[in-house]
Amino acid sequence: MTGVVLKNVSKSYGTVNIIPDLNLQIEEGEFVVFVGPSGCGKSTTLRMIAGLEKVTGGQIFIAGRDVTWERPKARDIAMVFQSYALYPHMNVADNMSFALRLAGTDKSEIASRVKLAADMLELTPYLDRKPRDLSGGQRQRVAMGRSIVRDAYCFLFDEPLSNLDAKLRASMRTELALLHKKLDRTMIYVTHDQIEAMTMADRIVIMKDGVVQQVGSPKDVYNTPVNTFVATFIGSPSMTLVPAELHEEAGQLKVKGQGFELPLPDRLKQQAQASGAKVVTLGLRPEHFSAEARTQDFAPVELTVKVAEYIGSSQYLAAELGGASLTAAVEVGPEADLLSDGRYYFDTSRLYLFDPETGAAL
Amino acid sequence: MSEISQKPRFEPGAFTPYAFIMPAIVVMMGGLLYPVVMAFYLSFYDWEIGRKLADAPFVSFDHFVRMVADPQVWEVLWVTIRFGFWTITIEMTLGVALALLLEKPIRGASIFRTIFILPLMVSPVVVGLIWRYLFDARIGWINYYLGVWFGIEPQVWLGDPQLAFFAIVFTDIWQWTPFIFIIVIAGLQALPSEVVEASTIDGANWYQQIFLVKLPMIKSILVIALLMRLIDVFRGLEVMLIMTGGGPGRSTELLSLHIYNRAFDTQQLGYASAISVLLIAIVFGISTVILTMANPMKSKSDV
Repeated sequence: MTGVVLKNVSKSYGTVNIIPDLNLQIEEGEFVVFVGPSGCGKSTTLRMIAGLEKVTGGQIFIAGRDVTWERPKARDIAMVFQSYALYPHMNVADNMSFALRLAGTDKSEIASRVKLAADMLELTPYLDRKPRDLSGGQRQRVAMGRSIVRDAYCFLFDEPLSNLDAKLRASMRTELALLHKKLDRTMIYVTHDQIEAMTMADRIVIMKDGVVQQVGSPKDVYNTPVNTFVATFIGSPSMTLVPAELHEEAGQLKVKGQGFELPLPDRLKQQAQASGAKVVTLGLRPEHFSAEARTQDFAPVELTVKVAEYIGSSQYLAAELGGASLTAAVEVGPEADLLSDGRYYFDTSRLYLFDPETGAAL
Repeated sequence: MSEISQKPRFEPGAFTPYAFIMPAIVVMMGGLLYPVVMAFYLSFYDWEIGRKLADAPFVSFDHFVRMVADPQVWEVLWVTIRFGFWTITIEMTLGVALALLLEKPIRGASIFRTIFILPLMVSPVVVGLIWRYLFDARIGWINYYLGVWFGIEPQVWLGDPQLAFFAIVFTDIWQWTPFIFIIVIAGLQALPSEVVEASTIDGANWYQQIFLVKLPMIKSILVIALLMRLIDVFRGLEVMLIMTGGGPGRSTELLSLHIYNRAFDTQQLGYASAISVLLIAIVFGISTVILTMANPMKSKSDV
């Protein structure tokens, strides 16, 4: 049993139960991202893996070893913090080598490892500088260098890119993915940003109120969300949820909302019939609206556009379909003006149905 | 059409900030700068209270020449240095240790913190009075309890040079350790918790965390605390004046107390001023050296 395993892990502060019962298996070498809104317990879970928080119940295994009650330094982990957490009184080289020096590693070994990490992260010219003389991106790199130098079994990242500006964040995402390829180590990454999760993860763990909602590849969680929470959390702009009813017309199943009607795709027919549900929650992703019918699955919809936002390759519409408010992202050509009311098309093969009571996908 | 906008010659609001700092400047000038300048001026004259300052004879550098050869000045300087060394060393060690112990939010920590800073709230004159009676040879609690608990014979605490020196050092530690404690604990609590956690993950044990991470990170605070205590040592005289009056002999006579005695007991105001100038020079010198070695203003704490 290698990798990182959480077995019936729970955590409470006094009477407040943050994480009721968490089970998760992370494979060796896997890049797993915990994602969820603030307060969902993702950071707490990471800190329990790190050993910075004690578990209330359950067990944690790293590389097949029960580390539940081990101190952080005995867990063979390295961690990168949101605030970088560099030692302000040490220069870059000393920051990176601190753990090795504490462990009494051979001087020449330390030097070569620091050099390797510095080369990999393009930090070599800055080794003598103090953290305060570095930019945010460079500090972030030092924080990563500090964990690389450790050559730990498992790398933990606690929202490491949140303090960077948007452009730098995008390039650091690529670097992190590259780093994962090079080091081939188990990495666990916490973020509230679903784009970070989608772009970097092998598998995404979506959490809410301390409970894992879904574990799956980015493709899985986007295309087959298990409930309305996952469906609205993953994807940008968010999926619109509309109350609707199922009804049969001339032998064809249709989903009918207030003032509109869409045919049900083959994919959902069986589930819809099997569940016997009449009232459903209909999920429409903005990006599945279009200005023209591309396939026969595209059904016409009449949208009343309240606001159109020009994004570039597409426009975001805050619109009304019958009595429901929704967001549509419509691809446009270079000549298009701001879109207005009219007939648009929706790809019905990609619509979602959920149980309105439980929120679970049909 | 020249469209270069001109800066107005006079902005009506420009004077406002100066008006606000005016009171502070007036007080500084009158209360601080004037006495210092007068001390320099007086050190060149032989002036006694009751005589007109204008009639005081100019003595040039006579006072300074006399001071350099004056064994009493050297003696009190040595007392001051010894006093400063023992009090500041022990206060810094004890204050930092207490702060590290009470830093964690353990049960009752806030009560302990409040108790520890109480001595700081007592006026130095009252501190002198309290400890004079506690150390009193006949009626003092210290002699009483030393006898009851340990069977130690009564000591004449304030009548023996070495015991008196110990008594003022002890009293100073009692009053000023809380000052170090309160500054250091504020610094420790302001430390970013993630940095401390990072050192835990890097494998630092309790001892390494204190000496390699926490204390270096609050270095600027420690330097400021040290500086303030050093200046206090050269400045303070109330406690000694009340407890021992500087005696027996000159065993507890600090530099500032010596200046006081010269000026008001023996009426040598000009000579006392010359020694004050020496005190200013020493304090200025020490401050400069400390601030160049470790400038707390320079090290921004952006982590």
